[in-house]
Amino acid sequence: MSADSPRAAAERLPHYVSHEPFDPYAFEAMSPEQERYYLASQWRMMWWKLRRHRLAVISGAILIVLYASILVSEFLAPYGLNSRHNDFIYVPPQGIHLFHDGNFVGPYTYGYDYKLDMKTLKRVYTVNPNKVQPLRFFCHGDEYWFWGLVQGDLHLVCPAQDGTFFFLGTDRLGRDMLSRVIYGARISLTIGIVGISISFLIGLTLGGLAGYYGGWIDSLVQRLIEIIRSFPELPLWMALSAILPVTWSPLWVYFGITIILGMIDWTGLGRAVRSKLLALREEDFATAAMLMGASPRRIIVRHLLPSFMSHLIASATLSIPSMILGETALSFLGLGLRPPITSWGVLLNEAQNINVVALYPWLMIPVIPVIIVVLAFNFLGDGLRDAADPYR
Amino acid sequence: MFQYIIRRILIMIPTLIVISAVIFAIIKLPPGDFFTAYVETLRASGEQADLQKIAFLREQYHFDDPAWMQYGYWVSGLAQGDLGFSFEYERPVSQVVGDRLLLTFIVSVATIIFTWVVSFPIGVYSATHQYSWSDYSLTFLGFLGLATPNFLLALVLLYLANVYFGLSIGGLMEPRYLDQPWSWAKAMSVLSHLWIPVLVIGASGTAGMIRRLRANLLDELQKQYVVTARAKGLPPFRALVKYPLRMSLNPFIADIGALLPHVISGAAVVSVVLSLPTTGPMLLSALRSQDMYLAGSFLFFMAFLTVIGVFLSDLALAWLDPRIRLDGGVTR
Repeated sequence: MSADSPRAAAERLPHYVSHEPFDPYAFEAMSPEQERYYLASQWRMMWWKLRRHRLAVISGAILIVLYASILVSEFLAPYGLNSRHNDFIYVPPQGIHLFHDGNFVGPYTYGYDYKLDMKTLKRVYTVNPNKVQPLRFFCHGDEYWFWGLVQGDLHLVCPAQDGTFFFLGTDRLGRDMLSRVIYGARISLTIGIVGISISFLIGLTLGGLAGYYGGWIDSLVQRLIEIIRSFPELPLWMALSAILPVTWSPLWVYFGITIILGMIDWTGLGRAVRSKLLALREEDFATAAMLMGASPRRIIVRHLLPSFMSHLIASATLSIPSMILGETALSFLGLGLRPPITSWGVLLNEAQNINVVALYPWLMIPVIPVIIVVLAFNFLGDGLRDAADPYR
Repeated sequence: MFQYIIRRILIMIPTLIVISAVIFAIIKLPPGDFFTAYVETLRASGEQADLQKIAFLREQYHFDDPAWMQYGYWVSGLAQGDLGFSFEYERPVSQVVGDRLLLTFIVSVATIIFTWVVSFPIGVYSATHQYSWSDYSLTFLGFLGLATPNFLLALVLLYLANVYFGLSIGGLMEPRYLDQPWSWAKAMSVLSHLWIPVLVIGASGTAGMIRRLRANLLDELQKQYVVTARAKGLPPFRALVKYPLRMSLNPFIADIGALLPHVISGAAVVSVVLSLPTTGPMLLSALRSQDMYLAGSFLFFMAFLTVIGVFLSDLALAWLDPRIRLDGGVTR
């Protein structure tokens, strides 16, 4: 058995020396694809995970559209907020049609014939199929002050000259419901955001203090949270909003209500912040920051909070709907916002009695945007929560 | 355990004291009091108020003393079971509210039972059939219940119930039983009217409960002991009921504390719409007219109910879940 037998010599590999510089980490190198994945920031990872959650993305898109709409409410609404149509009181919704007598006319509505039923004293509106009223687009209609600053009269869609376009019907003063719903979004959608910001601020501050310092501050905050939580929310809201002076202007009442909503809502967030901080302050990086002389404020805000900010945002998203519903309920009871401020709750206040359900069911339509927004926030919040969870 | 109960009861006392102080502050905060508003209204309609009687009542109920003394009188009255005097109804609060508190209690308990009965099977079903179409549709239904403002649901149901079942509109019983002493027929009438408020108030709570039960059960079902049980050939039903289900039952008990304020809140709005003889409508009018003892006692009663509810749920939780240790101080 010798090493230089003919067979072994034939199979021996030729002597090979690589002239490339030696790189001990070569086998650990990542493809650009992998690098992108492993070096992604926390927020980027969250976005990737969220993107897989179809429903959450759709909900997010819907919310963005709705929130964008409040920027240009005046332009989107076919009528002004307070334009009254005395000849058209409690008009049922007018449908949009495309074809008349087999011919394409484009979007149009049929006009109404009005008759007062002398027996029941009920207004009866009958569709008149001869009155074809094509809609106009990008047209001049009711005048408005855009955000109260610039005068204008351009609308996305208007009725035909001398025609009407009440897509969602009208209310007891002959005001167009669609326009009022569009304007109402401004108040109803922002109230949740402002409220949650207040709740966020209080929750972060108090929860942060309790979690970071522990000891008596912790037990004080804990008791406070327990006490606030043991009040039934709505009666407390009712009591607090009954305090708001009647003499306040509607705008101040609006801020008052958001502050009340925020003041009651922070407890859940405060608890979450506290328990997270209790665990995190024992981590090495917190100790290191402390040894380097960072102030408690800096340690909490700069080092501790970012590690669970995504989580907080998800839970905040989930508590916006309850605020929107809360405002709706308060305004419905007449304790929240009052006309002339128009929110969805204020609109629903008109649908308070059983007659409306029986005779003018379209006055309940503002509930549909409420449901859509609440559902969207819930789905988005669920998606965000899953995306923020590193263990999925 | 006994020690724990005693300690919890002792902690409840300062909590209730603080709650009563907060309530009193809230009630006292609006400027003026019931009598100034009352005299104003009378004067506006051109009538003369009985100033002598008002002066007597002001004197009797210490309206001119400093606020902290008024608070002291109120709380010491509460501690002795004296709820104060309703100026609007001109009767002691306990007489005004007696039946209403009972009905509020009945509606709340019925709602919680309803929530459990409905959400339990649905939660288990949608967890065991995850991502099936029935799971999706049930979840969606739950979300819908969460998103619909319940006062509107109440209004629509009321209308439908009247049209299709001929139930009298509003109220918790047939009108002829009002102000009657309790009898079998009255109780039955209450029962037949109870379902609308219970359904309406329960709708949102049920949705939340279903979601929590589903999430908990899903977490449990992924654990290794379930896999082991299955691998050893335990029948699927037993492998579900024996341990995972028991573990995921915690929210049912633990959430009484969270559910109760929710139910009472819901009841407050819904009962205004349905004009139920519960506390909601009366609280609303008392708040508006600054009838302070009436409003204060209502609020206090609701908070009291919640504190008791949380206490009971903690006890039940400890009894149900052996992992929860009550004695032995801090865990950390």
